Amino acid sequence: MKIILEKRAQQSKIMAYASPVLAIGLTVILGGIIFALAGYDPQTALYYYFVEPLTNFWSIEEVIVKATPLILIGAGLAICFSANIWNIGAEGQLTMGALVGSFIPVMFTDWQSPLVLLLMLVMGAMGGAAWAGLVAFLKNKFNVNEILTSLMLVYVAQYILDWFVRGPWRDPNGYNFPKSVSFEGWQLLPTYGDGRMHIGALIALIVVVLLTIMMTRSLKGFEIRAIGNSRRAGAFAGFSYKGMTWFCFLLSGALAGLAGIMEVAGPAGQLLPSISPGYGFTAIIVAFLGRLNPMGVLLAGILLAISYLGGDGAQMELGVSVKTAQVFQGMLLFLILTFDTLIRYKVKIIRSQTAEGELT
Amino acid sequence: MSLLRKTIAVAAAISMSTMAMAAEKLKIGFVYVGDTGDGGWTFQHDAGRKALEAKFGDKVETIFVESVAEGPDSERVITRMARNGVGLIFTTSFGYMDPTIKVAAKFPDVKFEHATGYKQSDNVSVYSARFYEGRYIIGQIAAKESKTGIAGYVASVPIPEVVRGINAFLLGAQSVNPDFQVKVIWVNSWYDPGKEADAVKVFAAQGADIITQHTDSTAPMQIAEELGLKAFGQASDMAKFGPTAQLTAIVDDWAPYYIERTQAVLDGTWASTNTWDGIKQGMVHMTEFKNMAADTAAMAVATKEAIRSGELLPFAGPIYNQAGELVVKEGESLDDGALAGMDWYVKGVEGN
Repeated sequence: MKIILEKRAQQSKIMAYASPVLAIGLTVILGGIIFALAGYDPQTALYYYFVEPLTNFWSIEEVIVKATPLILIGAGLAICFSANIWNIGAEGQLTMGALVGSFIPVMFTDWQSPLVLLLMLVMGAMGGAAWAGLVAFLKNKFNVNEILTSLMLVYVAQYILDWFVRGPWRDPNGYNFPKSVSFEGWQLLPTYGDGRMHIGALIALIVVVLLTIMMTRSLKGFEIRAIGNSRRAGAFAGFSYKGMTWFCFLLSGALAGLAGIMEVAGPAGQLLPSISPGYGFTAIIVAFLGRLNPMGVLLAGILLAISYLGGDGAQMELGVSVKTAQVFQGMLLFLILTFDTLIRYKVKIIRSQTAEGELT
Repeated sequence: MSLLRKTIAVAAAISMSTMAMAAEKLKIGFVYVGDTGDGGWTFQHDAGRKALEAKFGDKVETIFVESVAEGPDSERVITRMARNGVGLIFTTSFGYMDPTIKVAAKFPDVKFEHATGYKQSDNVSVYSARFYEGRYIIGQIAAKESKTGIAGYVASVPIPEVVRGINAFLLGAQSVNPDFQVKVIWVNSWYDPGKEADAVKVFAAQGADIITQHTDSTAPMQIAEELGLKAFGQASDMAKFGPTAQLTAIVDDWAPYYIERTQAVLDGTWASTNTWDGIKQGMVHMTEFKNMAADTAAMAVATKEAIRSGELLPFAGPIYNQAGELVVKEGESLDDGALAGMDWYVKGVEGN
């Protein structure tokens, strides 16, 4: 007996949109069962996970703070993945963005000008783009698998950051602890509300709108989808795969780098040995949950951010282990990918070799 | 519809119960860098938390959040605690320093206690333990018990606390055997069982027969037990994980401090302080000296008593740095300021 996946001739349009909803629904149900088995009231636990973070302004602001990097990176990755180009190393590009973007505030601490912040953001984006560009170069020049190089470069980037923060960029008055000087007012992003929500949220929103327009209204969007569907068909239409590789990596790298410097110039306020709790990797979930569509990414980023805050809340109020939040995220991605597969393929059971022979 | 109604009912019940509790009980929050089952650093802080519950019973309620990333995430967690009526917050890792200071400025009525940092304010106290006193003792034991004359040191991140520990260990070892060698591997994390275990295997291949660690997991102890090496427990008694390997463990006992500070809040006498306690005050203590020769154990006990009485200072001169320059003169000893910012190695440490 053999189980095979057979491609469906026609894919359901409705199911394509229903799949993330179904995945979320099933995650919630399975989550409830896990809570019940662990001895918590599932309703209270789910309330803390998904509802409580939206019940006051402070936590809504925190959701936005948390969602900003996820959306920014996820939107870039969505474009990459649409073109069937696999940038798995956004975490490294984020790290490089944070490092390069911090050059001015660390090296020219006294230069006070409105230009500083702008330059920081531009340099952050360039740092991320350059790091991703390395992957594109290796892929185009030597045909090196981009999944491997982009992932490996994450660790390289983290070690480089680590060296800077412990070495030349260490705060001279910091008792030798690994952190840079604290950034000053003009080196920090303007904030709103309680003082943590920053202008990056607005930038992320603008990026989402621009990318949506690009994907739906421009030739570039068509090119991305064409190459994503079939590299050969794209080539016949005159679209360059190598050009697309450059485009996707530079774009997603720049956005990840921007997210990195905005974490540093926003909530962190200084360069630290580790500046992200894995946003670059979580953004992969966000991109898929958002159907590789920038608008979808916006919603998915917010949902994931809520689950982080919900994790805090459930721990504090109920004593649920921190691992549960991670189980939720894992389950969500797993279910989405399962549903996606089932939309595109149907499961077929072949009884035995001879039976197969008789059938044909 | 009924689900929505239920949700609202649950919400109302929860908010009412929190209000009711806030009126009577002191809520105490703990922010942990690892998970409570790490068998080391966080485990000991959590033991302190449990001691509070046992001591004060109904007068307090404790909550905690584990595995909180140092940096921006911790600021959110600390803020949430302060907003939700927590009156006393212990932030138990160095990386929570700036977030603690930032949140404390916004909540002047909440008391904060930050472990191992150096920034204090009106409502932020700092506290740490003189672990290096224990490290001097285990250095002596290592030098006396080692047959190869080489120890392996699994180090976390090069902050002064860790550098100080390495120096104290080597000074202790050199007081017994001036040629004793220490090999150091940095795993660049406080908790990474895989890397910690690998480091021990590397040490074994390099001829080290004694392992010590300044990381939070029990992996080095377990691997030492497997390979038939001797090792020292860190932060917590790890004898369970290395019944024949553990020579002794340097245990952080936070319970007395946590009880004292909680009492102060209950009495209304809490004030911002800077505490750095050691063997004398009981914040650092050593588990039974075993799996070693009787005269080694006797020496360890004597050294412990000498440190307790203040007769022996681990960082008393003469001390030379790696370059061989005299840093601390004979008859002098490093003061707390110099110890707090220590960024140089004593003579004999390999690497930088």
